[in-house]
Amino acid sequence: MRQILAAMLAGLMLAGSALASPGPEERMEDAQLEARARALYDQLRCVVCQSQSIDDSNAPLAADLRAVVRERLLAGDSDAEVKAYLRDRYGDYVLMLPPVQGNTIALWLFPLVVLAGGGIAILVFVRGQRRALVAGDDTGEGDEARARALSDEEGLS
Amino acid sequence: MNRLFLFLPLALFAVMAAYFALGLRENPGEIPSQLIDRELPAFDLPPIQGHVTGLASADLAGEVSLLNVFGSWCPPCAIEHPMLMQISRSGVVPIYGIDWKDPPGAGTRWLERNGNPYVRIGNDAEGRVAIDLGITGAPETFIIDRAGRVRYRHVGVITEEVWDRTLLPLVEHLQAEDMP
Repeated sequence: MRQILAAMLAGLMLAGSALASPGPEERMEDAQLEARARALYDQLRCVVCQSQSIDDSNAPLAADLRAVVRERLLAGDSDAEVKAYLRDRYGDYVLMLPPVQGNTIALWLFPLVVLAGGGIAILVFVRGQRRALVAGDDTGEGDEARARALSDEEGLS
Repeated sequence: MNRLFLFLPLALFAVMAAYFALGLRENPGEIPSQLIDRELPAFDLPPIQGHVTGLASADLAGEVSLLNVFGSWCPPCAIEHPMLMQISRSGVVPIYGIDWKDPPGAGTRWLERNGNPYVRIGNDAEGRVAIDLGITGAPETFIIDRAGRVRYRHVGVITEEVWDRTLLPLVEHLQAEDMP
């Protein structure tokens, strides 16, 4: 039983790797270029299936975009030039990582602002607590008086 | 002061709700065209099977025109087709077609069956011109002005509403424009 299950699992895994894109027929001859192409696939968005990179996607357009990447690399483009080539056609959207620029600065800074805001809030809160504690420890008389007043009110004494 | 502080979560919620309500009006899936107000990228495509003339970017200069990217494999294109036929019959504006990634002959058969609204058709079997145009899916339609610049892009089917409210007014506006 176990062996059958193991065989089935192995089969599934093989099927998975066979379906994964880019397929072996897309491999570049030059290993160095292939490594750069792979890295670039991962940084470029599939414009049809927008939450995937062209490395993850089986869409025909993603395959076409991968072909463009390989072609540009063979033509001697740098990684930045390949990205610029596609950005010129599809805009910033084609980059998986939004560039830091005027219209994305809020996106990049917002987490820092939240972190700083939270930090300041905690600082203010802790300071306030400490001050209250210190003030309370001084005599304790005020608290006693208040407790007496409260129990009087409720008619407990 | 402390009392007012209690309203802070409510105020924050109101700000976020307003922000998200505005966001609902937008379509985040739509990638804005990089070509708007730029010259149409140069291309020279061969004809589809059985046709004599292909389509080059230079063919579109001189008058306001539509450039429609389609494929026989594309179901929304079949929905759009009757509208293109109607526009073509009206003679308001010439429509040029790019047959995107069709197997040989498929585009020709499709047009024989459904009618041909295009003045000229280019065969983009490799899909490379489509990438130069920043196409994300078929159908997509560009409005090209007389100077050969892209002035508008519509993603998806041209419905009667889209045509009447958006594309036709823009075409007429561009046709009335003086030649630069």
